[in-house]
Amino acid sequence: MQTTGAETVAEHRPVASIEAVESGLASQGYIASRQIATAVYLSEQIAKPILVEGPAGVGKTELAKAIAGWRKLKMIRLQCYEGLDEAKALYEWKYAKQLLYTQILKDKLGEVLGGAATLHAALDQLHDFGDVFFSKEFVEPRPLLQALEQPGGCVLLIDEIDKSDAEFESLLLEILSDFQVSIPELGTIAATVPPTVILTSNSERNLGDALKRRCLHLHIGFPDSRLEERIVESRVVGISQVLRRQLVAFIHEVRTLDLKKQPSVSETIDWARVLVLLQASELGHDVVRDTLNVLLKYESDVEAALPHVTSFVAKAARPNVFGSAP
Amino acid sequence: MRENLHRFFRAARGAGVHVSPAESIDAMRAVASTGLSDRGILRDALLLTLAKSEEEKKALGACFDLFFSMPEPQRGSDAEGTNADAAEATQGEGASGEADASDAGLGPLAQMLLSQDRAAIAAAIATASGAASLSDIRYFTQRGIFSGRILEQMGIQRLNDDLEDLTATNPSLAERLSELTEGLRETVRDAVSQALLLYGREEAENLRNEILRNAPLSRIEPRQIEQMRALIRQIARRLRDRYSKPRKRQRRGHLDVRRTLRRNAAWGSVPFLTAWKRRHRDRPKIVALCDVSGSVARVSDFFLLLIHSLHEVVSDVRSFAFSGQLIEVSEILESKSAEEAMRDIMSRVGFGSSDYGNSFADFERQWMESVTPKTTVIVLGDARSNNLDPGADILRRISERAKRVVWLNPEGRMGWGFGDSEMPRYATFCNVVRQCATAQQLERAISDIVATYR
Repeated sequence: MQTTGAETVAEHRPVASIEAVESGLASQGYIASRQIATAVYLSEQIAKPILVEGPAGVGKTELAKAIAGWRKLKMIRLQCYEGLDEAKALYEWKYAKQLLYTQILKDKLGEVLGGAATLHAALDQLHDFGDVFFSKEFVEPRPLLQALEQPGGCVLLIDEIDKSDAEFESLLLEILSDFQVSIPELGTIAATVPPTVILTSNSERNLGDALKRRCLHLHIGFPDSRLEERIVESRVVGISQVLRRQLVAFIHEVRTLDLKKQPSVSETIDWARVLVLLQASELGHDVVRDTLNVLLKYESDVEAALPHVTSFVAKAARPNVFGSAP
Repeated sequence: MRENLHRFFRAARGAGVHVSPAESIDAMRAVASTGLSDRGILRDALLLTLAKSEEEKKALGACFDLFFSMPEPQRGSDAEGTNADAAEATQGEGASGEADASDAGLGPLAQMLLSQDRAAIAAAIATASGAASLSDIRYFTQRGIFSGRILEQMGIQRLNDDLEDLTATNPSLAERLSELTEGLRETVRDAVSQALLLYGREEAENLRNEILRNAPLSRIEPRQIEQMRALIRQIARRLRDRYSKPRKRQRRGHLDVRRTLRRNAAWGSVPFLTAWKRRHRDRPKIVALCDVSGSVARVSDFFLLLIHSLHEVVSDVRSFAFSGQLIEVSEILESKSAEEAMRDIMSRVGFGSSDYGNSFADFERQWMESVTPKTTVIVLGDARSNNLDPGADILRRISERAKRVVWLNPEGRMGWGFGDSEMPRYATFCNVVRQCATAQQLERAISDIVATYR
């Protein structure tokens, strides 16, 4: 705990450059493309949230974790779902505690009111009393309010915003643009240190323009083979270079097929781990056949891919024209 | 650079990316913090701040590449990027260059051309374009005017005078100069064409779409069909955006006693949890009967394309095509691409002479039960039944079962009831009869139908 003080001082220095972001994320095992690094750098520079869109499993949520790990900030996560509302996302009054306290303070209440000469005086005293119960003491902060109250700043991840209702978006607008929330009884609570906000979306529905306007819009697609090889290298321990190259080449071939769910980076990593566990040193026809269900999540997709396995394996085994990636 | 960025924003709007003032401020701030040294990073920064969807990113990326690839002056071998900073610098240079030029008495433009200073020429073009407000170019017909204006700004007048003088005194130099002048004209033309591509796109697109929207669907030319399909898809997207928003659930209202009691059965029906009555809103159910004979076929084509791209808005569509007889075509439309599906439908029932009576009878016999009190029945046709039995009584029975019957007629109102048109007779049993000949009318018709379910 002694070290945290020193760290909080260190981490508030602004990020120096895009390269610094890249290497910082890499230290967390997150290999970022330059576009991702630019987005993170810019969000820091002009204090804007990042809205990350892209297919499932390309590392949208991972990005937030990597930033939190790198900048040594606490990560607060708000998972969105249909029906998520203010009480679960922002704040809630602790009703039970309020009730309990009134019960306990019943005698005290009599004492306080007993001193009042007139009804008006009693009412005045009661008004003062009421304010006690609607104070910060009795506010239960939910993720959004928690994020604003972190003294050292934090990474706020609003995950799968497209799953929430359209009304919920409007709730976010104040936080995203000004980093503050208004609670009618307490006034406006502004962030001590603006949190780094990452929103992720799978484009299940179109987000409102107002929300998009307040964010940097980052689209993460499937990485190119070079980047993907680097990702596999950093994530999977003990994978040989040959297997890595073949595996990535194979997956890139699979992505050209018309599938229900394209294998994304997380599937690549899972598959690489499986292959390492099976102690495969090279991509073979049989191994691929046996483990294809790690890569493809639908029976129909597996069936669609099976006839191509032989040719894809052969293609992947062929040495790269440009030489294997370093 | 600010000026350049502003021009870029305008070009971005032309490319169909919505750049609001707030976004342009963000982009400015982003560019200020990343700097301009790396083109790739500048591109990323602009893409991140301005484009808000994948399509916009693609459009903006293309726009960026176009914007920052200035046309090179003729005979230029090295691709030297120019920007406004250079342009401002060379304004002064042009004046000073006059002094040390060997060919005394020639205008600055002639000297610039003869010295073959490509960067200076490009810069001069850029400044002249700015002075001629080239970024206001909207239509391709304006190309000549703008080229002229730019050349004028650069001093073509003086250059022509010089040329005339030189032909008398120094023919070889004159020849060279006239060659160079031709090159300059070409370069300017290229610059103007590029500017048109950048800034004029939106206007041109809008104009074309406006014309297309109001063109009669039955008479559009074959080459426009693809454009029309794109337009229909755009309309579908707009309708989807407008009507597919999740409807707000009603939280308060009357107590639903039955559900409350059931929910609280565990507590001996002491109502701890309350349940409220909700107004249930249906999604539209549509049964579409489309005449695919003769002139109506094309309208039906676009209509079916539109109605089948509204999945998010419409819960259930069943479409039927008829001319002499009637068949269900929902599956064909769902499983095939627009062109193939239409070809398939046409080969089955298309291009006969239409027989409304028989077709309605087919429908009543086989599919009448698909019409429920929640269904809107849309009939698309010109109601010309070739003097055969119109089968209006069947339409009456359909109308009694359905929520609404809407008749869309591609013919103008003037023609209704003349010749073999049975429109007035059918109209009695329809809730709405409207003309539907253009894409715009089609959009309004569908929009109204969907809106009645709100």
